[in-house]
Amino acid sequence: MEIFDLIMLIYVFVLAIFVGFELITKVPPTLHTPLMSGSNAISGITIVGALLSAGLEEFTISTILGLVALIFATINVVGGYLVTDRMLKMFKKK
Amino acid sequence: MQIVSYLVYLIASILFIFGIKKLGSPKTARQGNFLSSLGMFLAVVITLFDQRVLTFEYIIIGIIVGSAIGAVMALKVPMTGMPQMVGLLNGFGGGASALVAFAEYYHIINITDGLEISTGVTIVLSVLIGAVTFTGSLIAFGKLQGIVTGKVVKYPLQNPINILLIIVVFVAGVYLVINPSNDTLLLAIVGISLVLGVLLVLPIGGADMPVAVSLLNSYSGLAASMTGFILQNNMLIIAGALVGASGIILTLIMCRGMNRSLMNVVLGGWEDAGAGGAAPVDGPQGDAKSVDAEELAMILDSAQNVVIVPGYGMAVAQAQHAVRDLTNILEKKNINVRFAIHPVAGRMPGHMNVLLAEAQVSYDKLFALEDINDDFPNVDVALIIGANDVVNPAARHDQNSPIYGMPILNVDYAKTVVVNKRSLNVGYAGIQNELFFFPNTLMFFGSAKEAVNKLVNEIKEL
Repeated sequence: MEIFDLIMLIYVFVLAIFVGFELITKVPPTLHTPLMSGSNAISGITIVGALLSAGLEEFTISTILGLVALIFATINVVGGYLVTDRMLKMFKKK
Repeated sequence: MQIVSYLVYLIASILFIFGIKKLGSPKTARQGNFLSSLGMFLAVVITLFDQRVLTFEYIIIGIIVGSAIGAVMALKVPMTGMPQMVGLLNGFGGGASALVAFAEYYHIINITDGLEISTGVTIVLSVLIGAVTFTGSLIAFGKLQGIVTGKVVKYPLQNPINILLIIVVFVAGVYLVINPSNDTLLLAIVGISLVLGVLLVLPIGGADMPVAVSLLNSYSGLAASMTGFILQNNMLIIAGALVGASGIILTLIMCRGMNRSLMNVVLGGWEDAGAGGAAPVDGPQGDAKSVDAEELAMILDSAQNVVIVPGYGMAVAQAQHAVRDLTNILEKKNINVRFAIHPVAGRMPGHMNVLLAEAQVSYDKLFALEDINDDFPNVDVALIIGANDVVNPAARHDQNSPIYGMPILNVDYAKTVVVNKRSLNVGYAGIQNELFFFPNTLMFFGSAKEAVNKLVNEIKEL
Protein backbone atom coordinates (compact mmCIF):
# COMPACT_ATOMS: atom_id res chain seq x y z
CA MET A 1 0.00 0.00 0.00
CA GLU A 2 1.44 3.34 -1.06
CA ILE A 3 1.45 6.09 1.53
CA PHE A 4 -0.88 8.04 -0.77
CA ASP A 5 -3.42 5.20 -0.65
CA LEU A 6 -3.22 5.14 3.11
CA ILE A 7 -3.93 8.86 3.29
CA MET A 8 -6.98 8.47 1.06
CA LEU A 9 -8.27 5.74 3.37
CA ILE A 10 -7.71 7.98 6.38
CA TYR A 11 -9.75 10.70 4.62
CA VAL A 12 -12.65 8.29 4.25
CA PHE A 13 -12.32 7.15 7.87
CA VAL A 14 -12.33 10.67 9.31
CA LEU A 15 -15.25 11.86 7.16
CA ALA A 16 -17.26 8.74 8.03
CA ILE A 17 -16.75 9.40 11.73
CA PHE A 18 -18.21 12.90 11.25
CA VAL A 19 -21.20 11.43 9.39
CA GLY A 20 -21.62 8.93 12.22
CA PHE A 21 -21.67 11.64 14.88
CA GLU A 22 -24.23 13.67 12.94
CA LEU A 23 -26.51 10.69 12.36
CA ILE A 24 -26.33 9.18 15.80
CA THR A 25 -26.92 12.36 17.82
CA LYS A 26 -30.30 12.50 16.04
CA VAL A 27 -31.40 9.06 17.26
CA PRO A 28 -33.87 9.55 20.16
CA PRO A 29 -33.01 7.93 23.54
CA THR A 30 -36.00 5.63 23.22
CA LEU A 31 -34.24 3.82 20.35
CA HIS A 32 -30.77 3.65 21.87
CA THR A 33 -30.86 -0.09 22.56
CA PRO A 34 -31.91 -1.01 18.98
CA LEU A 35 -29.33 1.51 17.75
CA MET A 36 -26.66 -0.32 19.66
CA SER A 37 -27.66 -3.80 18.48
CA GLY A 38 -28.24 -2.55 14.92
CA SER A 39 -24.90 -0.77 14.69
CA ASN A 40 -23.39 -3.85 16.26
CA ALA A 41 -24.66 -5.86 13.32
CA ILE A 42 -23.05 -3.33 10.96
CA SER A 43 -19.68 -3.89 12.65
CA GLY A 44 -20.04 -7.47 11.42
CA ILE A 45 -19.07 -6.03 8.00
CA THR A 46 -15.71 -7.60 8.71
CA ILE A 47 -17.51 -10.70 7.31
CA VAL A 48 -16.24 -9.47 3.92
CA GLY A 49 -12.66 -10.00 5.05
CA ALA A 50 -13.58 -13.37 6.53
CA LEU A 51 -15.07 -14.51 3.19
CA LEU A 52 -11.89 -13.51 1.34
CA SER A 53 -9.75 -15.58 3.71
CA ALA A 54 -12.06 -18.59 4.01
CA GLY A 55 -12.40 -18.78 0.23
CA LEU A 56 -8.70 -18.86 -0.68
CA GLU A 57 -7.84 -21.41 -3.35
CA GLU A 58 -5.28 -23.32 -1.33
CA PHE A 59 -5.99 -24.59 2.14
CA THR A 60 -3.61 -22.78 4.47
CA ILE A 61 -3.63 -21.46 8.00
CA SER A 62 -5.38 -18.40 6.58
CA THR A 63 -8.31 -20.62 5.59
CA ILE A 64 -8.76 -21.90 9.15
CA LEU A 65 -8.50 -18.42 10.63
CA GLY A 66 -10.89 -17.20 7.94
CA LEU A 67 -13.41 -19.93 8.74
CA VAL A 68 -13.46 -19.11 12.47
CA ALA A 69 -13.68 -15.39 11.60
CA LEU A 70 -16.57 -16.14 9.24
CA ILE A 71 -18.50 -18.02 11.96
CA PHE A 72 -17.94 -15.18 14.44
CA ALA A 73 -18.87 -12.47 11.95
CA THR A 74 -21.98 -14.33 10.77
CA ILE A 75 -23.19 -14.72 14.37
CA ASN A 76 -22.63 -10.99 14.77
CA VAL A 77 -24.49 -10.05 11.57
CA VAL A 78 -27.42 -12.49 11.74
CA GLY A 79 -27.87 -12.22 15.52
CA GLY A 80 -27.55 -8.43 15.46
CA TYR A 81 -30.08 -7.76 12.69
CA LEU A 82 -32.62 -10.31 13.93
CA VAL A 83 -32.60 -9.14 17.53
CA THR A 84 -32.85 -5.51 16.40
CA ASP A 85 -35.85 -6.34 14.25
CA ARG A 86 -37.41 -8.24 17.15
CA MET A 87 -37.12 -5.15 19.34
CA LEU A 88 -38.25 -2.63 16.74
CA LYS A 89 -41.36 -4.70 16.01
CA MET A 90 -42.45 -4.04 19.60
CA PHE A 91 -42.32 -0.25 19.33
CA LYS A 92 -45.92 0.65 18.63
CA LYS A 93 -48.05 3.71 18.99
CA LYS A 94 -51.62 3.38 20.08
CA MET B 1 -15.68 -7.05 -12.25
CA GLN B 2 -13.55 -5.14 -9.78
CA ILE B 3 -15.42 -1.96 -10.72
CA VAL B 4 -18.80 -3.60 -10.22
CA SER B 5 -17.86 -4.80 -6.75
CA TYR B 6 -16.55 -1.34 -5.81
CA LEU B 7 -19.86 0.16 -6.87
CA VAL B 8 -21.85 -2.41 -4.91
CA TYR B 9 -19.70 -1.67 -1.86
CA LEU B 10 -20.56 2.00 -2.32
CA ILE B 11 -24.27 1.17 -2.45
CA ALA B 12 -23.89 -0.92 0.71
CA SER B 13 -22.19 2.00 2.47
CA ILE B 14 -25.06 4.29 1.50
CA LEU B 15 -27.58 1.73 2.76
CA PHE B 16 -25.81 1.59 6.14
CA ILE B 17 -25.95 5.39 6.42
CA PHE B 18 -29.63 5.51 5.44
CA GLY B 19 -30.34 2.63 7.79
CA ILE B 20 -28.97 4.54 10.77
CA LYS B 21 -30.65 7.75 9.62
CA LYS B 22 -34.03 6.00 9.64
CA LEU B 23 -33.39 4.91 13.23
CA GLY B 24 -34.09 8.57 14.02
CA SER B 25 -37.79 7.83 14.47
CA PRO B 26 -39.65 4.76 15.79
CA LYS B 27 -41.90 4.96 12.73
CA THR B 28 -39.12 4.35 10.22
CA ALA B 29 -36.67 2.45 12.43
CA ARG B 30 -37.66 -1.04 11.36
CA GLN B 31 -37.34 -0.08 7.71
CA GLY B 32 -33.92 1.38 8.51
CA ASN B 33 -32.75 -1.87 10.03
CA PHE B 34 -33.96 -3.66 6.91
CA LEU B 35 -32.04 -1.30 4.61
CA SER B 36 -28.93 -1.81 6.67
CA SER B 37 -29.28 -5.61 6.48
CA LEU B 38 -29.88 -5.33 2.73
CA GLY B 39 -26.57 -3.46 2.46
CA MET B 40 -24.86 -6.27 4.35
CA PHE B 41 -26.46 -8.88 2.10
CA LEU B 42 -25.29 -7.10 -1.07
CA ALA B 43 -21.78 -6.76 0.34
CA VAL B 44 -21.62 -10.48 1.14
CA VAL B 45 -22.98 -11.56 -2.25
CA ILE B 46 -20.63 -9.39 -4.32
CA THR B 47 -17.66 -10.56 -2.24
CA LEU B 48 -18.42 -14.14 -3.26
CA PHE B 49 -17.63 -13.09 -6.85
CA ASP B 50 -14.22 -11.71 -5.83
CA GLN B 51 -11.37 -13.25 -7.80
CA ARG B 52 -9.75 -14.35 -4.55
CA VAL B 53 -12.71 -16.49 -3.54
CA LEU B 54 -12.22 -19.85 -5.23
CA THR B 55 -13.36 -22.49 -2.77
CA PHE B 56 -16.79 -22.44 -1.23
CA GLU B 57 -16.90 -25.41 1.18
CA TYR B 58 -15.62 -23.47 4.16
CA ILE B 59 -17.73 -20.46 3.31
CA ILE B 60 -20.90 -22.55 3.26
CA ILE B 61 -19.98 -24.23 6.56
CA GLY B 62 -19.15 -20.89 8.19
CA ILE B 63 -22.32 -19.17 7.08
CA ILE B 64 -24.60 -22.06 8.08
CA VAL B 65 -23.02 -22.50 11.51
CA GLY B 66 -22.84 -18.76 12.21
CA SER B 67 -26.40 -18.09 11.02
CA ALA B 68 -27.81 -20.90 13.14
CA ILE B 69 -26.05 -19.75 16.31
CA GLY B 70 -26.89 -16.07 15.66
CA ALA B 71 -30.56 -16.77 14.91
CA VAL B 72 -31.07 -18.95 17.99
CA MET B 73 -29.43 -16.32 20.20
CA ALA B 74 -31.50 -13.51 18.71
CA LEU B 75 -34.83 -15.31 19.01
CA LYS B 76 -34.29 -16.81 22.48
CA VAL B 77 -32.82 -13.90 24.42
CA PRO B 78 -35.26 -12.27 26.86
CA MET B 79 -35.49 -8.47 26.65
CA THR B 80 -33.96 -8.19 30.13
CA GLY B 81 -30.92 -10.06 28.77
CA MET B 82 -30.30 -7.59 25.95
CA PRO B 83 -27.14 -6.04 27.51
CA GLN B 84 -25.47 -9.48 27.70
CA MET B 85 -26.56 -10.28 24.16
CA VAL B 86 -25.12 -7.07 22.74
CA GLY B 87 -21.99 -7.58 24.83
CA LEU B 88 -21.48 -11.04 23.38
CA LEU B 89 -22.13 -9.89 19.80
CA ASN B 90 -19.55 -7.11 20.24
CA GLY B 91 -17.09 -9.79 21.23
CA PHE B 92 -17.79 -11.89 18.14
CA GLY B 93 -17.42 -8.83 15.88
CA GLY B 94 -14.12 -7.83 17.47
CA GLY B 95 -12.85 -11.39 17.44
CA ALA B 96 -13.72 -11.75 13.76
CA SER B 97 -11.78 -8.57 12.90
CA ALA B 98 -8.70 -9.77 14.79
CA LEU B 99 -8.87 -13.16 13.06
CA VAL B 100 -9.22 -11.58 9.62
CA ALA B 101 -6.17 -9.41 10.30
CA PHE B 102 -4.29 -12.51 11.42
CA ALA B 103 -5.35 -14.45 8.30
CA GLU B 104 -4.38 -11.51 6.05
CA TYR B 105 -0.95 -11.46 7.62
CA TYR B 106 -0.32 -15.11 6.71
CA HIS B 107 -1.80 -14.56 3.27
CA ILE B 108 0.42 -11.55 2.59
CA ILE B 109 3.68 -13.15 3.76
CA ASN B 110 2.75 -16.24 1.75
CA ILE B 111 2.45 -14.43 -1.55
CA THR B 112 5.06 -11.72 -0.98
CA ASP B 113 8.15 -11.58 1.19
CA GLY B 114 7.72 -8.26 2.84
CA LEU B 115 5.17 -6.39 4.84
CA GLU B 116 4.77 -2.73 4.02
CA ILE B 117 4.85 -0.39 6.97
CA SER B 118 1.29 0.86 6.55
CA THR B 119 -0.08 -2.68 6.18
CA GLY B 120 1.94 -3.87 9.17
CA VAL B 121 0.68 -1.04 11.35
CA THR B 122 -2.95 -1.66 10.45
CA ILE B 123 -2.58 -5.41 11.04
CA VAL B 124 -1.18 -4.80 14.51
CA LEU B 125 -3.91 -2.25 15.33
CA SER B 126 -6.67 -4.51 14.06
CA VAL B 127 -5.36 -7.48 16.05
CA LEU B 128 -4.92 -5.33 19.18
CA ILE B 129 -8.37 -3.69 19.10
CA GLY B 130 -10.14 -6.82 17.93
CA ALA B 131 -8.60 -9.12 20.55
CA VAL B 132 -9.17 -6.60 23.37
CA THR B 133 -12.81 -6.32 22.26
CA PHE B 134 -13.14 -10.10 22.18
CA THR B 135 -11.96 -10.97 25.69
CA GLY B 136 -13.22 -7.67 27.15
CA SER B 137 -16.70 -8.44 25.85
CA LEU B 138 -16.59 -11.98 27.20
CA ILE B 139 -15.76 -10.61 30.66
CA ALA B 140 -18.52 -7.99 30.33
CA PHE B 141 -20.95 -10.74 29.33
CA GLY B 142 -19.83 -12.83 32.30
CA LYS B 143 -20.31 -9.94 34.71
CA LEU B 144 -23.79 -9.13 33.39
CA GLN B 145 -24.78 -12.79 33.43
CA GLY B 146 -23.40 -13.26 36.95
CA ILE B 147 -20.74 -15.78 35.87
CA VAL B 148 -17.88 -13.39 36.67
CA THR B 149 -17.98 -11.32 39.86
CA GLY B 150 -19.79 -8.03 39.41
CA LYS B 151 -17.51 -6.41 41.97
CA VAL B 152 -14.80 -3.91 41.17
CA VAL B 153 -11.69 -6.08 40.88
CA LYS B 154 -8.56 -4.16 41.79
CA TYR B 155 -5.09 -5.54 41.24
CA PRO B 156 -1.75 -3.98 42.13
CA LEU B 157 -0.12 -1.62 39.62
CA GLN B 158 -3.28 -1.71 37.51
CA ASN B 159 -2.46 1.23 35.24
CA PRO B 160 1.32 0.70 34.93
CA ILE B 161 0.73 -2.94 33.93
CA ASN B 162 -1.81 -2.05 31.25
CA ILE B 163 0.32 0.77 29.84
CA LEU B 164 3.34 -1.53 29.82
CA LEU B 165 1.39 -4.20 27.90
CA ILE B 166 0.29 -1.69 25.28
CA ILE B 167 3.91 -0.53 24.88
CA VAL B 168 5.03 -4.15 24.47
CA VAL B 169 2.41 -4.61 21.74
CA PHE B 170 3.71 -1.58 19.86
CA VAL B 171 7.36 -2.59 20.21
CA ALA B 172 6.49 -6.08 18.96
CA GLY B 173 4.61 -4.42 16.11
CA VAL B 174 7.68 -2.44 15.08
CA TYR B 175 9.79 -5.60 15.11
CA LEU B 176 7.14 -7.35 13.05
CA VAL B 177 7.34 -4.72 10.32
CA ILE B 178 11.15 -4.98 10.30
CA ASN B 179 11.06 -8.76 10.39
CA PRO B 180 7.78 -9.75 8.73
CA SER B 181 8.30 -13.50 8.53
CA ASN B 182 8.60 -13.87 12.31
CA ASP B 183 5.04 -14.89 13.12
CA THR B 184 5.90 -15.50 16.79
CA LEU B 185 5.80 -11.74 17.16
CA LEU B 186 2.22 -11.58 15.92
CA LEU B 187 1.23 -14.50 18.15
CA ALA B 188 2.71 -12.60 21.09
CA ILE B 189 0.71 -9.52 20.11
CA VAL B 190 -2.48 -11.59 19.99
CA GLY B 191 -1.75 -13.16 23.37
CA ILE B 192 -0.99 -9.88 25.09
CA SER B 193 -4.05 -8.21 23.54
CA LEU B 194 -6.30 -11.01 24.79
CA VAL B 195 -4.91 -10.62 28.32
CA LEU B 196 -5.26 -6.85 28.06
CA GLY B 197 -8.98 -7.17 27.26
CA VAL B 198 -9.51 -9.14 30.48
CA LEU B 199 -7.44 -6.75 32.58
CA LEU B 200 -9.21 -3.65 31.24
CA VAL B 201 -12.77 -4.84 31.90
CA LEU B 202 -12.23 -6.72 35.17
CA PRO B 203 -11.90 -3.55 37.31
CA ILE B 204 -15.22 -2.16 36.07
CA GLY B 205 -18.12 -2.75 38.46
CA GLY B 206 -21.14 -4.80 37.40
CA ALA B 207 -23.48 -1.82 37.55
CA ASP B 208 -21.12 0.11 35.25
CA MET B 209 -21.14 -2.66 32.63
CA PRO B 210 -23.51 -0.68 30.35
CA VAL B 211 -20.72 1.87 29.89
CA ALA B 212 -18.21 -0.90 29.21
CA VAL B 213 -20.53 -2.55 26.68
CA SER B 214 -21.09 0.77 24.87
CA LEU B 215 -17.35 1.36 24.77
CA LEU B 216 -16.67 -2.16 23.48
CA ASN B 217 -19.34 -1.55 20.85
CA SER B 218 -17.25 1.38 19.69
CA TYR B 219 -14.10 -0.76 19.69
CA SER B 220 -15.75 -3.46 17.59
CA GLY B 221 -16.48 -0.77 14.99
CA LEU B 222 -12.93 0.55 15.08
CA ALA B 223 -11.59 -2.99 14.69
CA ALA B 224 -13.73 -3.39 11.55
CA SER B 225 -12.37 -0.08 10.25
CA MET B 226 -8.80 -1.22 10.82
CA THR B 227 -9.58 -4.40 8.88
CA GLY B 228 -10.83 -2.10 6.12
CA PHE B 229 -7.43 -0.40 6.09
CA ILE B 230 -5.69 -3.76 5.70
CA LEU B 231 -7.96 -4.82 2.83
CA GLN B 232 -8.02 -1.26 1.44
CA ASN B 233 -11.79 -1.46 1.42
CA ASN B 234 -13.61 1.84 1.95
CA MET B 235 -16.91 0.16 2.82
CA LEU B 236 -15.39 -1.54 5.85
CA ILE B 237 -13.81 1.72 6.92
CA ILE B 238 -17.11 3.62 6.62
CA ALA B 239 -19.23 0.96 8.34
CA GLY B 240 -16.70 0.58 11.14
CA ALA B 241 -16.42 4.35 11.64
CA LEU B 242 -20.22 4.68 11.94
CA VAL B 243 -20.27 2.04 14.67
CA GLY B 244 -17.24 3.57 16.36
CA ALA B 245 -18.98 6.95 16.53
CA SER B 246 -22.22 5.39 17.76
CA GLY B 247 -20.52 3.51 20.58
CA ILE B 248 -18.63 6.60 21.76
CA ILE B 249 -21.77 8.76 21.81
CA LEU B 250 -23.74 6.17 23.81
CA THR B 251 -20.82 5.77 26.21
CA LEU B 252 -20.74 9.50 26.89
CA ILE B 253 -24.53 9.64 27.33
CA MET B 254 -24.38 6.91 29.96
CA CYS B 255 -21.49 8.64 31.76
CA ARG B 256 -23.37 11.93 31.77
CA GLY B 257 -26.45 10.17 33.17
CA MET B 258 -24.34 9.04 36.12
CA ASN B 259 -22.41 12.32 36.34
CA ARG B 260 -19.11 10.51 36.06
CA SER B 261 -16.16 10.82 33.78
CA LEU B 262 -15.26 8.01 31.44
CA MET B 263 -11.93 7.59 33.26
CA ASN B 264 -13.73 7.21 36.57
CA VAL B 265 -15.88 4.38 35.19
CA VAL B 266 -13.04 2.66 33.35
CA LEU B 267 -10.79 2.67 36.40
CA GLY B 268 -13.58 1.39 38.65
CA GLY B 269 -13.72 4.41 40.93
CA TRP B 270 -17.32 4.54 42.10
CA GLU B 271 -17.66 1.49 44.29
CA ASP B 272 -14.23 2.23 45.67
CA ALA B 273 -15.65 5.22 47.51
CA GLY B 274 -18.26 3.23 49.36
CA ALA B 275 -16.44 -0.06 49.57
CA GLY B 276 -14.82 0.63 52.92
CA GLY B 277 -17.46 -1.51 54.58
CA ALA B 278 -18.82 1.56 56.32
CA ALA B 279 -22.50 1.80 57.05
CA PRO B 280 -24.46 3.74 54.46
CA VAL B 281 -24.29 7.47 54.99
CA ASP B 282 -27.17 8.48 57.23
CA GLY B 283 -29.41 10.74 55.31
CA PRO B 284 -32.36 12.63 56.62
CA GLN B 285 -34.55 10.48 58.78
CA GLY B 286 -38.08 11.01 59.98
CA ASP B 287 -41.48 9.58 59.55
CA ALA B 288 -42.34 8.33 56.13
CA LYS B 289 -46.06 8.29 55.46
CA SER B 290 -47.40 5.13 53.91
CA VAL B 291 -50.45 4.62 51.79
CA ASP B 292 -52.41 1.46 50.99
CA ALA B 293 -53.76 0.36 47.62
CA GLU B 294 -57.33 1.47 48.33
CA GLU B 295 -56.34 4.97 49.33
CA LEU B 296 -53.89 5.28 46.43
CA ALA B 297 -56.61 4.19 44.01
CA MET B 298 -58.72 7.14 45.16
CA ILE B 299 -55.80 9.56 44.88
CA LEU B 300 -55.11 8.43 41.32
CA ASP B 301 -58.80 8.53 40.45
CA SER B 302 -58.95 12.24 41.25
CA ALA B 303 -55.72 13.05 39.38
CA GLN B 304 -55.50 14.44 35.86
CA ASN B 305 -51.81 14.19 35.21
CA VAL B 306 -49.89 11.10 36.26
CA VAL B 307 -46.23 10.38 35.55
CA ILE B 308 -44.80 6.92 36.17
CA VAL B 309 -41.06 6.70 36.85
CA PRO B 310 -39.86 3.14 36.20
CA GLY B 311 -36.53 1.87 37.47
CA TYR B 312 -34.72 -1.37 36.91
CA GLY B 313 -36.40 -2.72 40.07
CA MET B 314 -39.62 -2.79 38.08
CA ALA B 315 -38.02 -5.02 35.44
CA VAL B 316 -36.44 -7.28 38.06
CA ALA B 317 -39.90 -7.75 39.63
CA GLN B 318 -41.35 -8.41 36.13
CA ALA B 319 -43.96 -5.74 36.85
CA GLN B 320 -44.02 -4.20 33.33
CA HIS B 321 -47.30 -5.84 32.38
CA ALA B 322 -48.98 -4.85 35.63
CA VAL B 323 -47.81 -1.28 35.04
CA ARG B 324 -49.23 -1.43 31.50
CA ASP B 325 -52.61 -2.54 32.95
CA LEU B 326 -52.47 0.37 35.36
CA THR B 327 -51.76 2.77 32.48
CA ASN B 328 -54.71 1.42 30.47
CA ILE B 329 -57.20 1.64 33.30
CA LEU B 330 -56.16 5.19 34.17
CA GLU B 331 -56.37 6.25 30.53
CA LYS B 332 -59.89 4.88 30.37
CA LYS B 333 -60.72 7.38 33.10
CA ASN B 334 -59.29 10.15 30.90
CA ILE B 335 -56.24 10.58 33.06
CA ASN B 336 -53.10 11.61 31.20
CA VAL B 337 -50.38 9.01 31.93
CA ARG B 338 -46.78 9.49 30.87
CA PHE B 339 -43.53 7.70 31.64
CA ALA B 340 -40.39 9.58 32.67
CA ILE B 341 -37.26 7.62 31.79
CA HIS B 342 -33.88 8.42 33.25
CA PRO B 343 -30.90 7.75 30.94
CA VAL B 344 -29.59 5.07 33.28
CA ALA B 345 -32.97 3.55 34.18
CA GLY B 346 -32.14 0.23 32.54
CA ARG B 347 -29.01 -1.83 32.15
CA MET B 348 -27.97 -0.29 28.82
CA PRO B 349 -28.86 2.90 26.91
CA GLY B 350 -32.58 2.83 26.07
CA HIS B 351 -33.12 -0.52 27.80
CA MET B 352 -36.14 0.62 29.83
CA ASN B 353 -37.90 1.78 26.65
CA VAL B 354 -37.50 -1.67 25.13
CA LEU B 355 -38.84 -3.34 28.27
CA LEU B 356 -41.90 -1.08 28.23
CA ALA B 357 -42.37 -1.52 24.48
CA GLU B 358 -42.39 -5.27 25.08
CA ALA B 359 -45.20 -4.74 27.61
CA GLN B 360 -47.07 -2.87 24.84
CA VAL B 361 -46.75 0.60 26.31
CA SER B 362 -47.13 3.09 23.44
CA TYR B 363 -43.78 4.73 22.67
CA ASP B 364 -45.24 8.24 22.51
CA LYS B 365 -45.92 7.93 26.27
CA LEU B 366 -42.20 7.56 27.00
CA PHE B 367 -40.36 10.79 27.79
CA ALA B 368 -36.65 11.40 28.27
CA LEU B 369 -35.45 13.32 31.32
CA GLU B 370 -34.90 16.64 29.56
CA ASP B 371 -38.31 16.47 27.88
CA ILE B 372 -40.38 16.02 31.03
CA ASN B 373 -38.39 17.46 33.92
CA ASP B 374 -39.78 21.01 33.63
CA ASP B 375 -43.31 19.66 33.68
CA PHE B 376 -43.28 18.02 37.12
CA PRO B 377 -44.87 21.05 38.91
CA ASN B 378 -47.98 20.40 36.76
CA VAL B 379 -48.08 16.72 37.65
CA ASP B 380 -50.66 15.55 40.17
CA VAL B 381 -49.13 12.20 40.99
CA ALA B 382 -45.60 10.99 40.27
CA LEU B 383 -45.55 7.23 40.79
CA ILE B 384 -42.06 5.79 41.25
CA ILE B 385 -41.69 2.07 40.72
CA GLY B 386 -38.37 0.39 41.41
CA ALA B 387 -36.25 3.55 41.05
CA ASN B 388 -34.35 5.26 43.84
CA ASP B 389 -31.10 7.14 43.22
CA VAL B 390 -32.34 8.73 39.99
CA VAL B 391 -35.07 10.58 41.94
CA ASN B 392 -32.97 11.56 44.97
CA PRO B 393 -33.15 15.35 45.39
CA ALA B 394 -29.83 15.28 47.26
CA ALA B 395 -28.19 15.16 43.81
CA ARG B 396 -29.33 18.77 43.35
CA HIS B 397 -28.20 20.34 46.62
CA ASP B 398 -26.12 18.08 48.88
CA GLN B 399 -22.50 18.56 47.91
CA ASN B 400 -21.43 15.74 50.22
CA SER B 401 -23.63 13.20 48.51
CA PRO B 402 -21.84 10.72 46.23
CA ILE B 403 -24.52 11.37 43.62
CA TYR B 404 -24.25 15.17 43.82
CA GLY B 405 -24.48 16.67 40.34
CA MET B 406 -26.09 13.63 38.75
CA PRO B 407 -29.09 14.66 36.62
CA ILE B 408 -32.24 13.47 38.38
CA LEU B 409 -35.95 13.44 37.63
CA ASN B 410 -37.50 16.25 39.68
CA VAL B 411 -40.38 14.15 40.96
CA ASP B 412 -40.46 16.02 44.28
CA TYR B 413 -41.94 19.04 42.42
CA ALA B 414 -45.10 17.04 41.71
CA LYS B 415 -48.11 17.66 43.93
CA THR B 416 -48.01 14.11 45.29
CA VAL B 417 -45.13 11.66 45.05
CA VAL B 418 -45.85 7.97 45.52
CA VAL B 419 -42.91 5.63 45.93
CA ASN B 420 -43.44 1.92 45.50
CA LYS B 421 -40.69 0.03 47.30
CA ARG B 422 -40.39 -3.04 49.42
CA SER B 423 -38.82 -1.19 52.33
CA LEU B 424 -36.99 2.03 53.14
CA ASN B 425 -33.66 0.43 52.18
CA VAL B 426 -30.97 2.40 50.39
CA GLY B 427 -30.40 2.28 46.61
CA TYR B 428 -27.40 1.23 44.58
CA ALA B 429 -25.37 4.26 45.62
CA GLY B 430 -25.75 3.20 49.26
CA ILE B 431 -27.38 6.42 50.39
CA GLN B 432 -30.69 7.17 52.06
CA ASN B 433 -33.19 9.04 49.93
CA GLU B 434 -34.59 12.17 51.60
CA LEU B 435 -37.50 12.09 49.16
CA PHE B 436 -39.15 9.35 51.23
CA PHE B 437 -39.56 11.77 54.14
CA PHE B 438 -40.89 14.76 52.17
CA PRO B 439 -44.31 16.08 53.23
CA ASN B 440 -45.76 15.40 49.77
CA THR B 441 -44.38 11.84 49.57
CA LEU B 442 -46.38 8.70 50.25
CA MET B 443 -44.72 5.28 50.51
CA PHE B 444 -46.61 2.45 48.82
CA PHE B 445 -44.89 -0.61 50.26
CA GLY B 446 -44.91 -3.98 48.54
CA SER B 447 -43.16 -5.82 45.75
CA ALA B 448 -43.84 -4.04 42.48
CA LYS B 449 -45.87 -6.68 40.66
CA GLU B 450 -48.25 -7.56 43.51
CA ALA B 451 -48.59 -3.97 44.66
CA VAL B 452 -49.48 -2.65 41.21
CA ASN B 453 -51.88 -5.53 40.52
CA LYS B 454 -53.62 -4.82 43.81
CA LEU B 455 -53.81 -1.15 42.88
CA VAL B 456 -55.36 -1.98 39.49
CA ASN B 457 -58.03 -4.10 41.22
CA GLU B 458 -58.81 -1.32 43.67
CA ILE B 459 -59.22 1.17 40.82
CA LYS B 460 -61.57 -1.25 39.05
CA GLU B 461 -63.74 -1.42 42.15
CA LEU B 462 -64.10 2.33 42.47
